[in-house]
Amino acid sequence: MRDLSRRALDTASQRGASYADVRVVRRAEESIVVKSRRVEGVSFGESEGFGVRVLVDGAWGFASSNVLTAEEADRVGAEAVRIARASASAIREPVRLDARPPAHGRFETPFEEDPFAVPVDRKIADLLEADERMNAVKGVGFTETRYNAQREWKDFAASDGSETEQVITHVSAGIEANAIDGDELQRRSFPDWGGGYSAAGYEHLRRLDLAGRAEELASEAVELLSAPQCPPGRTTIVLHPSQLYLQIHESCGHPIELDRVFGTEASYAGTSFLTTDKLRDGFRYGSDIVNIVADATAPLGLGTFGWDDEGVAAQSVPIVENGRFVGYLSSRETAPRIGRQSGGAMRADGWNRIPLIRMTNVNLLPQPGMSFDDIVADTDDGLLLAYNRSWSIDDRRLNFQFATEVAREIKGGKVGRLLKNATYTGITPEFWGSCDAIAHEADYQMLGTGNCGKGEPGQIGHVGHGCSGARFRDVQVGVGKW
Amino acid sequence: MSVRAESGLELAQRVLRLAEQEGATEAEALVTANSEQLTRFANSEIHQNVAEDNRSVNLRFVIGKQVGVASTNRLDDESLRRLASAAAQIARLQPEREDFGGLPGPTQIRPVEGAYEPATAGASPEDRAEAARAVISAADDAGVLSYGSFKTVTERLAVANSHGIAAEEERTYGHLITVAMGPDGEAGYAEGAAVDHRAIDAAALGREAAGKAQASRNAQSIDPGDYPVVLEEYAVMDLLDMLGYLGFSALAVQEERSFFEPGRKVGSDLVTIVDDASDPAGMPASFDYEGVAKQPVTLLERGVCVDVVYDAQTAAKAGRASTGHGLPAPNQWGPFALNQVMTAGGETREQLIGGLERGLLVTRFHYTNPVHYKLAIVTGMTRDGLFLVEGGQVRGPVRNLRFTQSYLDALAGVEAVGSSRKLLRGFLGAVLVPAVRISAFTFTGATQH
Repeated sequence: MRDLSRRALDTASQRGASYADVRVVRRAEESIVVKSRRVEGVSFGESEGFGVRVLVDGAWGFASSNVLTAEEADRVGAEAVRIARASASAIREPVRLDARPPAHGRFETPFEEDPFAVPVDRKIADLLEADERMNAVKGVGFTETRYNAQREWKDFAASDGSETEQVITHVSAGIEANAIDGDELQRRSFPDWGGGYSAAGYEHLRRLDLAGRAEELASEAVELLSAPQCPPGRTTIVLHPSQLYLQIHESCGHPIELDRVFGTEASYAGTSFLTTDKLRDGFRYGSDIVNIVADATAPLGLGTFGWDDEGVAAQSVPIVENGRFVGYLSSRETAPRIGRQSGGAMRADGWNRIPLIRMTNVNLLPQPGMSFDDIVADTDDGLLLAYNRSWSIDDRRLNFQFATEVAREIKGGKVGRLLKNATYTGITPEFWGSCDAIAHEADYQMLGTGNCGKGEPGQIGHVGHGCSGARFRDVQVGVGKW
Repeated sequence: MSVRAESGLELAQRVLRLAEQEGATEAEALVTANSEQLTRFANSEIHQNVAEDNRSVNLRFVIGKQVGVASTNRLDDESLRRLASAAAQIARLQPEREDFGGLPGPTQIRPVEGAYEPATAGASPEDRAEAARAVISAADDAGVLSYGSFKTVTERLAVANSHGIAAEEERTYGHLITVAMGPDGEAGYAEGAAVDHRAIDAAALGREAAGKAQASRNAQSIDPGDYPVVLEEYAVMDLLDMLGYLGFSALAVQEERSFFEPGRKVGSDLVTIVDDASDPAGMPASFDYEGVAKQPVTLLERGVCVDVVYDAQTAAKAGRASTGHGLPAPNQWGPFALNQVMTAGGETREQLIGGLERGLLVTRFHYTNPVHYKLAIVTGMTRDGLFLVEGGQVRGPVRNLRFTQSYLDALAGVEAVGSSRKLLRGFLGAVLVPAVRISAFTFTGATQH
């Protein structure tokens, strides 16, 4: 593969590229879906190819192909240069990259049990067992049990001499029970709808203990059918990590992407309220106890790697310190515009996409003091919200609304009755400013999403979020007409 | 053998033979060859410009009622042999699926007119840059900045199965979206799609977005609440997309998670929606990803639920024929309506707005997501142009609002439909939609812009 990369780099340079990089990527993926006691689908897929990114006359070009030959390397390298020249016909400021030392080395995410080495029939048996236990609960309508493993081999080479190799393995699994009565449909899932991901091996599935949780989860779905509607009002909410991670993702992870701030995602996902003047002024993002980092070195994180797709080494970047906004997710192109070095957040979804600024592992740091249970016990009146059901946020990442599968009343520090169709809404800095408790390190867990969309053509990113649960005061809940 | 010289159908049939050698009792090979180029612009300059060529094969391998699926874009002989072997192994290792209805048989596929335009297949980076410059120029003239993308796509689809299906088709489209933004963040939007990218008037779309951005300047706050609305075509697209996802699929009906019941009235008399891949005003296609001929399906007629779309598996379960809406295997999502068409009404844009005593004109929605599936309650934001209308006249821009609204109730409240339609691309596919006026729409929150 190194020969192909060097050939494409040479072609690009000969045709006028001032900078070029090549990624040769092979991805293998295995998925199993069980629905209502039957194996719905088992599939194995592989995809490979290479992408060439070039800078010509200060403008970007990118071309890619799945044909791994020297002739194709020449064609694609030349095509990338041609595209860059077309780009150069409509630029106002030439692109400038920050300086960084050439990257060299190899990185691999660790695992205990290779997911691709575990026999398929064993995996199916594990999923069927969990699915069967959900279906044994009276009143369950339909169920889904899922497993997915993905491994990516990625060779990066750049015209500055950088050459790195990485092997990234991610596994996800989850269960879902749905109960239906007339127009009412209630879902319960674990650890997340569509499955919970980890940068791990098959041990991730074993640790989730899907079968052990199946019966309780299915019973809760049935119980929700007759649960009272979550009433509207303003109240205290305690967010379980299963919901808090997505709150971090939408209201912190996306607005700190520096490409969004500069408008390069404006036509699709939108921009960001966290404009660069707020970095200069030490904007109050949250309360004093809110500390957030973007850490590409965190164990088990979906955003953990050795180098990003520009060859910048993985690092932990402070984002919010004691409630003050202090940093962005950035790239070699965007960081110099705020007088900084790249924080190493450029990642591409496979060989046929350009790298974009993506979340690494955007983590809300735990606070010493109270456990998650202590926070609940310390709450006189409010709601405990867990397991996401729906999410939405505006194009500057200010007005958000979430729904959760589970809402339980908290009265006098005790968890009480179950409520259905719970929603909450707010404005990002006001919401984080109302955070008055974050659980301690023992409750901290690394979660994340394997379904983060960004860019055109669309890219799906795997990004991590560590958190331990937190409490927020005076939040609007029970939105809409029911 | 050169992988590029072999047609998609030849490749699919070669893979079928490999599957038969591995002992398949039934097999299906789907070959997709995509060539996609996209030029993206922001802050009135091109900042991303990409091209992709890919060809892959997806093999569904059946032994009795055991089904395995494998896919690859490595198309040399050895890789294809490994593909067949992997699919066979997957099939053999799993329990029989008792409700498996078998792969579909051949249907009469009638070639559709206007699915492919050679000029779009051959569009150059210079062509796309020219369109981007036209949009940017319109923004320059209006004193705003331009953001957006222009995409040209060629899809070559071939399906062969062991029951004799042998279908092949080329399709193209161009798609341009643009947001124009002024110095205070005021924004406007425009979008166009066509099989022939040359039919997209980039300059006109640039002017539409820029004009709306200008009109959005100095937006005032407005309280959330119930308002009658005029939804422009871009917002109506989201209604159809979301209802297609939530309810117009046979699998959603069979799993009892759909609102759909034959004969149930969910929309006003003005709402008729069909899925019709043969409509030349849309993005035509003659067969689905299972190689089955696409049939027009009336989803809602004068507001009443008529039918949903089927693939081979859901059709077998229902004891009827597939309507040609299957997706690539394995497919736990079921069939989807990928070519929704809403019947136009008789009102001009001015008449639609003129019918609002006090209400809101909505350009489009952003980040919508279902809050309740069976009730089709959806939340999302307005974006890129929200205007207060009083006495049938646009009074001025207002800041964006969040809505939490049953899309079924919205259909029931449709009191007027526009006479013209736009061809747009949603997350499920092509959508041909008019603007509508709705008697009440529930806005539940406000934001700061």
